[in-house]
Amino acid sequence: MSNHNETQTDSATAWGGKVSPFSTSYGKLMMWFFLVSDALTFGGLLIAYGFTRHACQVAWPIGEETFNSLPFLGHGYPLLYVALMTFILIVSSVTMVLAVEAGHRMDKKGVQKWMLATIVGGLFFVGSQAWEWYHFIHGSEFGKIELADGSKAIVKGHFGEIKDFTVVEAGKHHHKGAVIKEDLLHQFHHAIEHGKLKNDTITLHDGSKALVHRAKDEHVVLVIKEDGLKYKTGQHVEKGADKIYHEVINSGTPHRVIYGANLKANEYGPTQYAQFFFFITGFHGFHVFSGVVFNFLIFLKVVEGRYHRRGHYEMVEKTGLYWHFVDLVWVFVFTFFYLV
Amino acid sequence: MERDDIIEYSLDTHHDEATGVQLRKKIWKVTGLLTLITAIEVVIGATIHQDHNLWQMVKWGFIILTVVKAFFIVMSFMHLGDEKKTLRYVILLPYFIFIIYLIFILLTEGNAVHAALKAIGF
Repeated sequence: MSNHNETQTDSATAWGGKVSPFSTSYGKLMMWFFLVSDALTFGGLLIAYGFTRHACQVAWPIGEETFNSLPFLGHGYPLLYVALMTFILIVSSVTMVLAVEAGHRMDKKGVQKWMLATIVGGLFFVGSQAWEWYHFIHGSEFGKIELADGSKAIVKGHFGEIKDFTVVEAGKHHHKGAVIKEDLLHQFHHAIEHGKLKNDTITLHDGSKALVHRAKDEHVVLVIKEDGLKYKTGQHVEKGADKIYHEVINSGTPHRVIYGANLKANEYGPTQYAQFFFFITGFHGFHVFSGVVFNFLIFLKVVEGRYHRRGHYEMVEKTGLYWHFVDLVWVFVFTFFYLV
Repeated sequence: MERDDIIEYSLDTHHDEATGVQLRKKIWKVTGLLTLITAIEVVIGATIHQDHNLWQMVKWGFIILTVVKAFFIVMSFMHLGDEKKTLRYVILLPYFIFIIYLIFILLTEGNAVHAALKAIGF
């Protein structure tokens, strides 16, 4: 094993096309330079996010309030899902280092095994992010409400399950007395957003009117997020909260309740919050996706034996650098979007 | 076309099984550390809320832990710790200069804009 780090270099050999000034190969150096510029891009995005958050007049959403759901288990698990995502990404970073380490020993089987594990981890992460986005876009069952005094509040508690709608006034598709049991929550939300729920009677798409049979909401707490005449930001309203909530959704006024998120409005906080969420986690997710693609291409060549013939597995190391970088960015996104 | 006049730095990094065992031990150690830090962050994040009087401390704690995690990922997983000192500085110095400057600007300007918008009742 020779060590070129000790090779005597002067300006003639250093820049004459033989010896690299940093004792690294051209490809690896360029990967580092790319990562430096990419990191500055992410740095810029997070700085813009921080600036907006500090300049913003209304309360910024709190991570453990916004992200508290688990697939199949519902609400009440603050930050657990994103912790799992973070863990998956860290583990896939670890398997990548192990692949690189195996490459240094010219252990082709080891490289194959660990790279495959990395790809699977990456796919799991992208899938988790898809679920996270789906959940973020669809929002909570309660939504964010505007109270009578003009203040805005998010609602915590146990949402009373909708049993069915019984049609009391026939429309185009439903006759009187029909019982609707499908797609209830979606129709319910849609009607409330458009001010089409009054006295627990919902006006459906086809113009028919139906009575909503819904269990009582329990343990309802309103957390004030924007000041009004009576309530101030940060206040928790518990007494009579379910009555207030019921009044708001039954007011028949459109846009008093917001569900989920899009680029124009969201139930979690200021508009910019969701915009940054979509842009930054989307940009990161796209990096993860491309990382998976790169890893897969390199994996194919490992299997084919190209790097073994070449005598070193440096390509694995280069794609590994990119993969670790993706993990590195997530560490920061995790802190600034979910923790602080 | 393969060139034979270029020194293959990539070959320098080859190592034997004994070194591999050592390296893997180090990798698992760093893994444990990163997982532990994340677990601590989540537990604190779920228990201590923003209206808690310890929040300012917790917030800075999170940011410091994040930098610690980043340090281990870059130095250990990305092997920057094993590279030449000059390369290390070429990569890290931009951050020490620009990011700290930008953080300073974001806090100053962000708070100034906040105060200005509040003053005009926006």
